[in-house]
Amino acid sequence: MSVLIFLDQSEGHIKKNSLEAASYGAKVAELMGTTADGIVLGNVNDDLTALGGYGLKRIHSFKNDKLNHVDAQVFTDIIAEASERIGASVIIFSNNFSGKAIAPRLSVKLKAGLVSGAVALPEISKGFVVKKNVFSGKAFANVSIKTEKKIISLNPNSYKINKAEGKAAVVEPVIPDPEIRTIVKEVNKVVGEIPLSEAEIVVSGGRGLKGPENWAIVTDLAKALGAATACSRPVSDSDWRPHHEHVGQTGLAIAPNLYFAIGISGAIQHLAGVNRSKTIVVINKDPEAPFFKAADYGIVGDAFEVVPKITEAVKKMKGL
Amino acid sequence: MKILVCISKTPDTTAKIAFTDNNTKFAEAGVQFILNPYDEWYALVRAIELKEADPSIILHLINVGGADADPIIRKALALGGDEAFRVNSDSGDSFFIASQIAEIAKQNNYDLIFTGKETIDYNGSSIGGMVSELLGLPYISLATKFILSGTTATINREIEGGEEVDEVTLPAVVSCQKGMAEQRIPNMRGIMGARTKPLKVTEPVTAETLTSIDSFELPPPKAGVKLIPADQPEELVRLLHEEAKVF
Repeated sequence: MSVLIFLDQSEGHIKKNSLEAASYGAKVAELMGTTADGIVLGNVNDDLTALGGYGLKRIHSFKNDKLNHVDAQVFTDIIAEASERIGASVIIFSNNFSGKAIAPRLSVKLKAGLVSGAVALPEISKGFVVKKNVFSGKAFANVSIKTEKKIISLNPNSYKINKAEGKAAVVEPVIPDPEIRTIVKEVNKVVGEIPLSEAEIVVSGGRGLKGPENWAIVTDLAKALGAATACSRPVSDSDWRPHHEHVGQTGLAIAPNLYFAIGISGAIQHLAGVNRSKTIVVINKDPEAPFFKAADYGIVGDAFEVVPKITEAVKKMKGL
Repeated sequence: MKILVCISKTPDTTAKIAFTDNNTKFAEAGVQFILNPYDEWYALVRAIELKEADPSIILHLINVGGADADPIIRKALALGGDEAFRVNSDSGDSFFIASQIAEIAKQNNYDLIFTGKETIDYNGSSIGGMVSELLGLPYISLATKFILSGTTATINREIEGGEEVDEVTLPAVVSCQKGMAEQRIPNMRGIMGARTKPLKVTEPVTAETLTSIDSFELPPPKAGVKLIPADQPEELVRLLHEEAKVF
């Protein structure tokens, strides 16, 4: 009855969200009085033994060029086989793009109850109850998993990465050549930018910025803070910014440590996507903007005057 | 070609979220219900566009829900689609719901099954993946673009920090999000026509539930905003550094 964590990789590196899942999974194993293993598919350049530092005992590494991109069906089959073989009773994913593709399939394949979007450790004394986000971040549900095998997909930035010294054993099981039915023709990644779902700090702009030509104040602050950039729905609908930057109820839901909202009034649909952020700063010239009610810090003022000064102050503090 | 679109009834995006019965039930009183935006704006509209390009396509809709979902299903039919199924059950977890959809799908041999990327109430993002596994079909999640050429689909899907372009031979299951299509408003002709389109109600097949919701809770209220004068941005930066400790 061990714990198995799916370690998602991109271009040969284990993703940050998966290190959160590893730290979380190691803690779940500790609560259950068992050990945690990791599973990696595809060719990874990182030193897999170092994953022991996150509390993992063994890493099951399936090296194969065909596994460098996620094919939900093939990945499900390999993870299912591995989890059966090692006797895993809890399987953990990050609730990122790969987790959303694989975890539901695996739930069916193993008849294992799935809680997706978990935000806390399971309560084991009450059975196996996992707290998850519902109503797009406006509430939580405590969900009981009733099956013997269980799957949790952990929301990004919900559990702190725990790193210590440690070395994991790496095993490389041999599998038949996978039969890929989804052919990846192209991968287009925005280079040099921090993916929104992994960002700890996000600087976001709204309609108050009046047009795409004024975005430098947002990107300059983001650069000074080492942050990702985001935007509200009207901004992406008007094509001022690319669609993948849209955060909110119908865009991406994020939970960074710091969310800077510039010129965003704070419609309930926008708040739903960002209200799990640990600290929210709102800059708006309208003191009645609803976003101030959801904010931790606020400045009532003209973004075009205030934001460049904040950027300067950040640079000064960081010695940039 | 036959397409199935899975649609769900959810509270309106502006609905007040509250709970009753000792925090075990969503408080429905006074809440307006809508067609889940991802199902409507992206999955359904893209399927309608495919049918407009090729009128020989048969387009079915499916909902797993009680009779109170019928107005939502009629609205979906007003946008487009030939007929709808409602599996008469308003309980069960995502595995139960996926099992009902898979059962209808098995009877009708669809080439393509669309879902929204998630519902805005339970945010599980699970139905598409579960249905695909129950049917043994490829699953392309979080699609932003879908191009059909014969029985081959070229699909853009979101991945961390970008997009992947996939090619898959149908049948397949696809979950849809922003980019797939643009929201439409049903016209009067559609609304009138929807009244006479078949809405077949069937009873659920036996299926397990793997999870259950014990209780709900609301997030603790915010302590209140700390306002900083507009001429003291350094003070904001100091507070973020020393008090909030975010950088």
